[in-house]
Amino acid sequence: MKVLITGASGFLGRTVVAHALAAGHEVRTFQRRPSGVDGASDELGSVTDAGDVERAMDGMEAVIHLAAKVSLAGDLAEFAAVNITGTQTMLDAARRHGVQRFVQVSSPSVAHAGHSIVGDDALPADPEHARGDYARTKAAGELVALAADSPELHVVAVRPHLVWGPGDTQLVERVVERARAGRLPLLGDGTALIDSTYVDNAASAIVAALHRADVAHGQAYVVTNGEPRMVAELLEGICLAAGVRPPRWKVPASLARAAGGAIERVWAVRPGVDEPPMTRFLAEQLSTAHWFDQRRTRRDLDWTPEVSVEDGLARLAVSYR
Amino acid sequence: MTYDLPASASITAPAALPPRGLDGLDPAFSHLVTVPAAGDEPDRTWHLLDNASQLDALGVTPVGTILCVHGNPTWSYLWRRLVTDATAHAATAGAQAWRVIAVDQLDMGFSERTGAQRTLPQRVRDLGALTAHLGLTGPVVTLGHDWGGVVSAGWAIDHPDQLRALMLLNTAVHQPAADPIPAPLRLALRPAILGAATVQTPGFLETTLALAHPALRREVKAGFRAPYTDAARRGGIGGFVADIPVDADHASTPELDRIADGLRSLDVPALLLWGPRDPVFSDRYLDDLVDRLPHADVHRFEGAGHLVAEDVDYAGTVLTWLEGALPAIADAPAADAAATDAPTADAPALTQWSPELRPLWHQLEALADSPDTALVEMAPASGPAPRTVSWRLLSRRVTEIAAGLSAAGVRHGDRVSLLVQPGADLTAVLYACLRIGAVVVVADAGLGVRGLTRAVRGAWPAHVIGALPGLSAARALGWPGQKISVVDLAPPARRALGVQHTLREIVERGAELLGSDLLGSDLRNAGPALPPPPAPQDQAAILFTSGSTGPAKGVVYTHAQLSAVRDVLAAQYDVGVGTGLVAGFAPFALLGPALGTRSVTPDMDVTAPRTLTARGVAAAVAAADATVVFLSPAAITNVVATAGELTDEDRTALAGVQTFLSAGAPISEALLDAVAEIMPGATGHTPYGMTEGLLLTDITAEGIADARALSEAAGRSLGVCVGSPTGPARVLISALDADGRATGVPSDTPGVTGEIVASAPHLKDHYDRLWLTNEASVRGTDAGRWHRTGDVGHLDDAGRLWIEGRLAHVMVTATGVVTPVGIEQDIESLPQVARAAVVGVGPVGTQQLVAVVETTPPVRRVQRASSELAAAVRAVSHEPVAAVLVVPVLPTDVRHNSKIDRAYLSGWAGAALSGGRLRPPTSATRRLP
Repeated sequence: MKVLITGASGFLGRTVVAHALAAGHEVRTFQRRPSGVDGASDELGSVTDAGDVERAMDGMEAVIHLAAKVSLAGDLAEFAAVNITGTQTMLDAARRHGVQRFVQVSSPSVAHAGHSIVGDDALPADPEHARGDYARTKAAGELVALAADSPELHVVAVRPHLVWGPGDTQLVERVVERARAGRLPLLGDGTALIDSTYVDNAASAIVAALHRADVAHGQAYVVTNGEPRMVAELLEGICLAAGVRPPRWKVPASLARAAGGAIERVWAVRPGVDEPPMTRFLAEQLSTAHWFDQRRTRRDLDWTPEVSVEDGLARLAVSYR
Repeated sequence: MTYDLPASASITAPAALPPRGLDGLDPAFSHLVTVPAAGDEPDRTWHLLDNASQLDALGVTPVGTILCVHGNPTWSYLWRRLVTDATAHAATAGAQAWRVIAVDQLDMGFSERTGAQRTLPQRVRDLGALTAHLGLTGPVVTLGHDWGGVVSAGWAIDHPDQLRALMLLNTAVHQPAADPIPAPLRLALRPAILGAATVQTPGFLETTLALAHPALRREVKAGFRAPYTDAARRGGIGGFVADIPVDADHASTPELDRIADGLRSLDVPALLLWGPRDPVFSDRYLDDLVDRLPHADVHRFEGAGHLVAEDVDYAGTVLTWLEGALPAIADAPAADAAATDAPTADAPALTQWSPELRPLWHQLEALADSPDTALVEMAPASGPAPRTVSWRLLSRRVTEIAAGLSAAGVRHGDRVSLLVQPGADLTAVLYACLRIGAVVVVADAGLGVRGLTRAVRGAWPAHVIGALPGLSAARALGWPGQKISVVDLAPPARRALGVQHTLREIVERGAELLGSDLLGSDLRNAGPALPPPPAPQDQAAILFTSGSTGPAKGVVYTHAQLSAVRDVLAAQYDVGVGTGLVAGFAPFALLGPALGTRSVTPDMDVTAPRTLTARGVAAAVAAADATVVFLSPAAITNVVATAGELTDEDRTALAGVQTFLSAGAPISEALLDAVAEIMPGATGHTPYGMTEGLLLTDITAEGIADARALSEAAGRSLGVCVGSPTGPARVLISALDADGRATGVPSDTPGVTGEIVASAPHLKDHYDRLWLTNEASVRGTDAGRWHRTGDVGHLDDAGRLWIEGRLAHVMVTATGVVTPVGIEQDIESLPQVARAAVVGVGPVGTQQLVAVVETTPPVRRVQRASSELAAAVRAVSHEPVAAVLVVPVLPTDVRHNSKIDRAYLSGWAGAALSGGRLRPPTSATRRLP
């Protein structure tokens, strides 16, 4: 299949491209910077530019749409332009070009209103109650994508949860940097059970969704390793793999949530400065359980994760040597 | 006594339909029916619920009608769920369809306000006139609650041709003249209060609505209040209270007596559903009803109260019961309906004692002249020296007590609660009760006072035989029954405790009745002083089990079944007349005289088995020249721990022991090996069983070693092997389905994991007054007597049983059903782990496993496992483990201080892992019912 993959210069995007190539697809990437992946052709541009999108879509049969503005803080209009309007632009172009399959890469945070998730399957995206501008705009983007599902264009939404692995600038690098600086606290006792996804598992699930779009279209799937761990154990594993001291000091979870909310508001008036050290969203993510029922995902996508948490941490350790 | 109700009680009003929108009540069931005038009675209009037209619309023909009568101060709203559920049930293919008619009694609910005070006979006539007018001719089952139970029972007695069954919820039909009526009613009945409490204010109504457990929802309370909005609507409530026959002169007393007596002649199936938390209709009234309807199926919903219809799913219970009790009601003439009470399949052979089926007191007859030793107490209450009782003395004492108890009014079938510490007194009283056909109620001291109270009140004994602690508790907690003290009491204490007799007096009275020729008066020829012995199928004992889940359950054994327990013990361990037996496990100790053994009770506090030392065992063995030793696991632990104190002489005595039994729960191979060092000549046994089926399987130390090889070959623990079925016992497995429920047809296919289902002559008969629980325990089993154990496990190719945990603790992950014991054993194989419990968190079907461990040395604070320990646990577990938590000590069930309280632990782990604080798992004491 001729597959257009957006956001391919990112951590997960690069891995998805590799998996798609390995599956025998002809891949064109589309983002502002070269993807740097051998074997794929790059089309440079932005999803916010209809002309760029039109060009990139030409001749494609399938789309994996990863491009998004991902950050824990920022300006709402920027988030919306990429995550909602950008997605709509992609879908419009896909329809015009006769694309048959469209995998929207989303996030479990689109349905997370801050409460614990204990063994739930994917709930509907909820732009109103999702936490933070990223999650809200991604929720709206997912709804836009699933609304475009039709017999001609099969749309599947895939929500990988907490993706990590070697080269990850989001979770792993943040954790390691903060731990190294002694700025990484444990929230509460660190016993909240959370799911995570090793990057190759997320990528293989996304490619599986492309292959199984005829079965899975119109639906959203959370993807995880299916091996939830206590948050402290996961952070400890990452720190040990990176050779830094695991967090030792604790902050009460309720305090962190309150502080996160306050810090978020302070940072909102300092645009351009690096992201805040704590947000309410992050505090909730690190102090409430969120692990998922993976049965429907594995059945419908005909997919199982190949890299266990343990093996993933070993690979991470190798990357830090 | 007559009452002047407020003037508002005389206000008349026509019947009306209830307002729409009452919670749970479909207005389509509501009808107004006018019964034409007859005799002095003018025409009267009733409001009632009736699903006849709904059944018509479904195209089903009902098998009969359930006629429901509410009490005071409720209305037909009480039966809304039954009307709804019966209608839905009728739509199910193959299910019985029942028409349900639930009336509002006149002056109540939305029926007519007649302005006159109605009496009980009037109300029974009213209901008869209504059913006649409705043309209710087919089979009818009555259902009543509170005073509606009395009215419905009156209808039942007056309509024998139509009546097919009778069902009652908390109802009283008889008030013993000697006993005061319940305090709440006494208050309402005071003339100064009655009108104000019942009519002028909604006090009585609100008090009743507050009796629900859990509390009624606001919407439901509003439903109950709907017809009683002002004083003019509440005249009937006052009228009902005024109609309570408080004394023999009351106008309704003769009718109440007629109904109470009439119940005795009813032989249709009967169902009594009871909420014991009822300040008005307490267990004593249930006991009275059971006495009148001895064939009734009874279920006491522990925790439910007066509004049992609101507290529990009575509607589902009623419909389930009707399916079983009246399989072919439409065709069955009324007289045949009672056949549902027929004895179980194996019962007919057991109606007579024979050489193959000897009564429990047989050896007391056979050895009545023997000077040989029957009992040795190493530390009797009477003094420091061991006490020896010969067969002759024991037999005579049992005979005297039996005669004395008979004289004190203890009758065949009476329940006698024994609150006596194990010892010679208990043994003598027990066999005396058995001989005269009294049903002994024995509760495990481990139940604690509250559990014991529930047990005693639930069984409602006619007599209590106890020592001081038991009698004091009986007094303080209001336990029922005639009190007999085994100790002598000074008159003030005697009065204070309400003791009618002492055991000494009972013995003296018995001796007197038997005559002075003591040698000639034993059980065989006691003459008229003793009643005829009970038959094998008669009830012998109710044993209260300290179940690891839910409230204590009374397990009923017949004489034949207890005799079978004796016989399986005798055969399995080769014990019989002349065998010296150290009885360190109370339940089996009591069977010594039935086995004919020379039983010795070692020096220990029977309520604290850990007080038994190795020297204590050695002394007991020496005293009785014992070859067989029965001990509980807790006692064994201490015996092993104190083995260092043994002298050479002790060791010589212990070397003569041939058989050693860990009774009560399986013990580890290591502990069995340690015992083998103390008793080198003994074969160690550890049986599997429970109160409902003692001794279902048995395994020797050697057998455990053999079985271990199977686990080793598998590379993981397969569970705890408890050996092969004993003698006549059969063990099958009801396979677990994908949801972890035991739905498989019981089978002996090896390697299939499921609920363990057992059958044996020595199995329980049924649970006492727990019809639903009993039904669940025999669900899906073949003819004969079977019991679902609530344990899960599998059979191996050699027919040995392996325990994998409790059914309630089975986990279902995304990949399937997981049982805990094997994984726990594998984790416990780690040197740094002392004990482990594996529990599930999250929804069934996608649960994650959490290992909670005690380490060596123990930690001082609950914590996450170190990464090393977590990795080690994951490496030995054959199922994925999401989290490993370390606790100083695992919480154990208070009633089984060796059993880990997994149900609690699962909730605790779930809370900890959802992001809450990591609190210490507290002792389970706070959860005692």
